[in-house]
Amino acid sequence: MTMQKVFERPKALSDVNFSYCSGCLHSVVHRMIAEVIDELGIIENTIGICPVGCAVFMYDFMDCDMIEAAHGRAPAVATGVKRMLPENVVWTYQGDGDLASIGMAETVHSAARGENISVIFINNGTYGMTGGQMAPTTLIGQKSTTCAAGRDVSLNGYPIRVSEMLATLDGPSYIERVAPVTAAGLTKTKAAIKKSFQNQIDGKSFSLVEILANCPTQWKMSPVESLKWIEEKVIPYYPLGVIVDR
Amino acid sequence: MKGNEALVRGAIAAGCRAFFGYPITPQNEVPEYMSVMMPKVGGVFIQAESEVAAINMVYGAAATGARVMTSSSSPGVSLKQEGISYIAASELPAVIVNVQRGGPGLGNIAPGQADYFQAVKGGGHGDYKLLVLAPWSVTECYELTALAFDLADKYRNPVMILGDAIVGQMIESIDVPETVEANVPEKPWAITGRHGRASKNVINSLWIDVKIMEALNLRLQAKYAEMCENEVRWRETMTDDAELVVVAYGATARIARTAIDRARAEGMKVGLFRPISLYPFPSAQLKSLAERGKRLLTIEMSAGQMVEDVRLAVNGLSDVGFYGRMGGVVFTPTELVDQIRAAYGNSLEDACAEAAR
Repeated sequence: MTMQKVFERPKALSDVNFSYCSGCLHSVVHRMIAEVIDELGIIENTIGICPVGCAVFMYDFMDCDMIEAAHGRAPAVATGVKRMLPENVVWTYQGDGDLASIGMAETVHSAARGENISVIFINNGTYGMTGGQMAPTTLIGQKSTTCAAGRDVSLNGYPIRVSEMLATLDGPSYIERVAPVTAAGLTKTKAAIKKSFQNQIDGKSFSLVEILANCPTQWKMSPVESLKWIEEKVIPYYPLGVIVDR
Repeated sequence: MKGNEALVRGAIAAGCRAFFGYPITPQNEVPEYMSVMMPKVGGVFIQAESEVAAINMVYGAAATGARVMTSSSSPGVSLKQEGISYIAASELPAVIVNVQRGGPGLGNIAPGQADYFQAVKGGGHGDYKLLVLAPWSVTECYELTALAFDLADKYRNPVMILGDAIVGQMIESIDVPETVEANVPEKPWAITGRHGRASKNVINSLWIDVKIMEALNLRLQAKYAEMCENEVRWRETMTDDAELVVVAYGATARIARTAIDRARAEGMKVGLFRPISLYPFPSAQLKSLAERGKRLLTIEMSAGQMVEDVRLAVNGLSDVGFYGRMGGVVFTPTELVDQIRAAYGNSLEDACAEAAR
């Protein structure tokens, strides 16, 4: 009986151990991006922009050209890269603090300009790297280290639905919200990433994939509990589905 | 042409093919003219959503190996400081223009020179330096900007053109050179997409291991030492027999030039020392003047910033006096002649106190 290789590291992933916590969906999404890069055959002409946050070390994990951006500024950095090298597939990978707090202007304006880049938005409603502070997408009532009693709208305002907000702009060609917490969700997540990259190759302008993700460590849950939390609490506030497809 | 226009022309002549900026007076002509010129030369122009976004676009474009520029004025340059630190730490070439205005705070649109510290001592965080060039004429706006791109590439470091509202807005005739020498080196470090390259390129300034971070810092310090060896630029006028030398840069030096002619006509032996590179600072050259017994009167449109570097250079060998106006006030030549007269022949400390009374 001959052995058959049925599962292996994608070529676009470097042979480096991830630094993520057990059960963190960053690992899953990184793998999906790498598989998409392999399947589209773009390892030689793709450039990734990594954020400030837990994924700050993504330049170690991906085997393509990478650039580290200042907190929130990845879409501006991506704009600079893409405008000079339009034949490259240029993508950003950002958390909710990076994309929706400090970087909100760069997010909105790169979408409004219709920059032909792909933005992968990892929305887990917390600032994981810095110890679990409140994020613009932290749910009402959800606890964090800067709202210990739980998010209170009178003190902390309302969470932001980024995908719906960007959909009011004419610039984006494609925006979808997905949750890789079920088998179907995993399939949809990878397909959304692939569609976003394909849109860019087809010259279709800005696309964003909002991925509802977890943070077992800062949510103080087990990985399995954290996936349930997304299904039961997060998805009702951040509905899944295609929001823009032009 | 206007100084601001010459900045653009010099940049394009040197091969600048990307400009990212934002409106702010008194440099609005720069993005406006770039918006017309960049498409003509197949380059990229973006009016970014802010000065913060603009400097980050510069960082991205510079990382691809392109010659890229941004421009702003004092409050906007404050916004760029984090991005500038990243560019320096990532060893990327870029040109940043500051057409200084009155400050601090929102300030006004009159000229100023109170961003010297920010430019030269590092307005952003960490141990880095910008190479800083200060034009005083429309011709220098063109030539120094063109030179800035070569220096940025030579050292893989951001270069700042430190102008002011007068220099940016002045209109003078200029002999535009036929061609500008543009020495663009190979950039094997650039992110371009791998295109068959044996390994990936990463542009980064995060080094958790403190030994690696220290090694980067040592490399940067060595680079700055090399700049200090090779890139000092200055002009001296009538300093040989001068007893008093005025030290000034940019628009202040233009006014001082007139004042010095009048002082000479009154019989005073006065000269002008004009730093063109503010970093690296012409310390050795100033020290030499002090060693030859010349007293120095530093004049700036600020509370006194460059004067600290003059004092450091002179290191007690001679008197260093200061005269300045703040908040956008511009000297008249008569005012400077009065200061020179007061300083001439007295100890400079007394002279400045005398003038203040």
